[in-house]
Amino acid sequence: MSKFNLLHQIAEAKLIGRGGAGFPVADKWQRMKEHQSEKKYVVCNGSEGEPDVKKDWHILFNFSEKVFQGMILAMDFLETKEGYLYLNRDYYKKLKEKLDPLFKKCLDYGYLINLFLEKPSYIGGETGSLLNSIEGKKTQPRLKPPSPSITGINGVPVLLQNVETFYEIALVAEGKYEKKRFVTINNTQNEGVFALDRDASVAEALKSTDNYPDSAFFVQVGGGASGNVFHKKQLNEQLLAGCASITLYPLETDVLQVLRQWADFYARESCGKCTPCREGTWQVKRLVDQALLNNRADEELWQKILTIANNMEKTSICGLGQALIVPLTSYYQNVWQEIKNDQN
Amino acid sequence: MIKIKIDGQEYQAKEGESVLQVAMREGLDIPHLCYHEDLPIEANCRLCLVKVNDRVETSCNLKVREGLEVFSQDQEITELRQENLELLLGDHEKNCPKCQENLPCPAKKLMEKYGVSGNKYPRRQLETKVEDLGTAAEFDPEMCVNCNRCVNTCSKIGINYLEIEGKAAQSQLTATADQKIDCIYCGQCTVHCPVSAVREKNHLKRVEEVLADQDKILIAQMAPSVRASIGEEFGLPVGSDVTGQMYTALRQLGFDYIFDVNFGADITTMIEAQELVERIKDDGVLPMFTSCCPAWVKFVEFYYPDLIPHLTTSRSPQIHSGGAYKTWWASQQGINPEKIVVVSIMPCTSKKYEADLNKFDLSISNSSGESITVKPVDMVLTTRETAALLKKQQIDLKQLEPSQADSLGEHSGAAAIYGASGGVMESALRTAAKMLTGQDLARLEFDSVRGMNGLKKALVRLDLPDGQEIKLKVAVVSTPKNARIVINELKKDPRAYDYIEFMACPGGCIGGGGQPLTSTEAIVAERIKALYQIDQNKKMRTAHANPLVKEFLDYLEHDELGQKIEKQVLHTSYEAKKRGQ
Repeated sequence: MSKFNLLHQIAEAKLIGRGGAGFPVADKWQRMKEHQSEKKYVVCNGSEGEPDVKKDWHILFNFSEKVFQGMILAMDFLETKEGYLYLNRDYYKKLKEKLDPLFKKCLDYGYLINLFLEKPSYIGGETGSLLNSIEGKKTQPRLKPPSPSITGINGVPVLLQNVETFYEIALVAEGKYEKKRFVTINNTQNEGVFALDRDASVAEALKSTDNYPDSAFFVQVGGGASGNVFHKKQLNEQLLAGCASITLYPLETDVLQVLRQWADFYARESCGKCTPCREGTWQVKRLVDQALLNNRADEELWQKILTIANNMEKTSICGLGQALIVPLTSYYQNVWQEIKNDQN
Repeated sequence: MIKIKIDGQEYQAKEGESVLQVAMREGLDIPHLCYHEDLPIEANCRLCLVKVNDRVETSCNLKVREGLEVFSQDQEITELRQENLELLLGDHEKNCPKCQENLPCPAKKLMEKYGVSGNKYPRRQLETKVEDLGTAAEFDPEMCVNCNRCVNTCSKIGINYLEIEGKAAQSQLTATADQKIDCIYCGQCTVHCPVSAVREKNHLKRVEEVLADQDKILIAQMAPSVRASIGEEFGLPVGSDVTGQMYTALRQLGFDYIFDVNFGADITTMIEAQELVERIKDDGVLPMFTSCCPAWVKFVEFYYPDLIPHLTTSRSPQIHSGGAYKTWWASQQGINPEKIVVVSIMPCTSKKYEADLNKFDLSISNSSGESITVKPVDMVLTTRETAALLKKQQIDLKQLEPSQADSLGEHSGAAAIYGASGGVMESALRTAAKMLTGQDLARLEFDSVRGMNGLKKALVRLDLPDGQEIKLKVAVVSTPKNARIVINELKKDPRAYDYIEFMACPGGCIGGGGQPLTSTEAIVAERIKALYQIDQNKKMRTAHANPLVKEFLDYLEHDELGQKIEKQVLHTSYEAKKRGQ
């Protein structure tokens, strides 16, 4: 199969990056193909640092060979023989026996895939941070422009895709891609990772996996840190998004418990580079901790933390700092105010 | 040329420039803390916000492009800047002793401008204390805004002592754990810190105390570089020479005698040139290294102790002149040396460390004939501290009439240029040439050792009286990074040079760690011009022409009392140093 055929197939299949940002894969490949450079690397992002998302783990555990196939297809496409698997260290501990023979096998065929073990973190999956980390620098985002993919690893441009994307590419090449995606469903009676129709609504995803409770609930979709929050009523219109996790919460879940979960996560995972995120995450955590002590969540608290999160969204360097506003605003609008309205 | 629009007004910009650079050049006000023109762009303070197509961007890393239109003043931008300032500077004034003393702090100016109180958010708490950088400076992680300027500066000059460690709100400024690295006290971190989290060891209180003490005889001596920079603190153009105004200002502060470190520089030149000539004639250790920069000396003592024999044994200018006051001058005046307090005004933090070193202690007799130990210099104020002290006393340099120094302020043009990288070399060459050839040079200027270049080399030819020619290979080096290059060169060819001047700071003392904020290389280059102008305007342009220095050295050589103290007043020794020593 010619590589232009593969690019065409990827475009036909309308593959988008499964790391969460959803950039069209064919466009990225085209761009990297056209970029003039003596050397290029293919890099697979297996950081999976977002809470509630375990799909990359699931794929590596069950279909690791496919992921390597996808990487080799990408290497052939770019006419390179070298790449990196950037992998969550905890994953590797449990996957060593599966993965080691695959590295060896690639090498036998003349492809060198370097294994980079990442100390698990959220920021480590962000492109610039990931590349800095491979270079031995601080795991912190790079300023854009230039695009981090172009400055790459020690000046060598990279084609970076998520584990799931390489898996899908292998399927596309074999003609076996069925427009499905992996969805991690949490806090339900039948939780797990499921291959579902990629265009499914959240309601369909829950129902088709026997995870749709009768009781009142809300969900966070697309990552336990950066995902949007929806009320049960909204789920028919909501499609699977981001890294397609669904986490279910009973409607009566204490608002401060939910806020604490996010506040603690961001305050822990901020890399500390820029003001709004380093200082903002700490202030949000402080405000939530204080509210927990008083056991009181009110409108004033919301306005304070939304001001900080809005500033983080507008002025942070990278996606981590920009993302806190997403769960906060959506929870505030779709759940908090909904509950208030019901009470009035 | 590229045309861009800022707030509707058109500006010309150069390819590769950022919007912030254009704005700064045009005098537009876009706030910023982490940006520094000589350092890598960090874009981490998030204050220099502008809007492009309704998107918020940081102007420091927003490159100009044809037709770019940005807005820097809308309501949302102002609010976001305020919010980030509040987040950065929570509890800033409460925690910062410098604010209370009104020391220059760019952060404080921004707070005033943006109506930011620092009370909206409490400061994140770190379990840290103020860390010493020897007896020269200190840093306080509690005050730090993680802008990374000190870290980048320290790395740029080639030391890498400072780091920001840890993640999220736990990320904090710290000294490297690498035991092979030590601070050399140059204070480049302090002159690049926008919030005074890294700062000189404060001697202001000590100076204010002695100024109030009627029983003390107070001598102020100002370093060559201060006169060409302190005017900036009072709104004078960069490169203004305020020598005469400073003499007046120091008198108004209450000093009894106004002398000048330049007098000390002339002594240093004489001793150092003499030693160079001896080393050349007697096949001594060459190349000889200068030693008047204490940060450089510390660098050798810690990183390259095996090179110690190359350092001239000559003391540095402030230590030379301080010693002269407390011995020769005191005995001439019939003053008890115990009563004398010498305060140096230096562009430098490492001079605080130097003044504090016990190895310079003078063992002499007081007026009752008892043995006493005194320090040549008792306190050192940086240029910044001195400006703060003057402002506190409401002494405005701009308004002052110039005056003359007292007797021991007399100095040559060769001393004046000590402040610039290459100046010590040039001064010593002027005098060494006279010592070697018996004649003054026809042309005193050595253009090839002047300027901001951190590594300058020259071949100096001198005609000896016997008709032979002597060739001196010299180098002038600033920053440890360049010093390492030359040291590696010497490893390959030990006689690559005969004489090398080393300074820790870019541009020499004039770019020192104690100089006004903001120091940039462009500003330092302007200050340097003022120093060479002073030399140019002087009638007396060589150290050996200074009659007072001659008188002092004659005293040490011929007077019975002088002979006893000659060695301890003029010379010093060095030792291998451990980290933090």
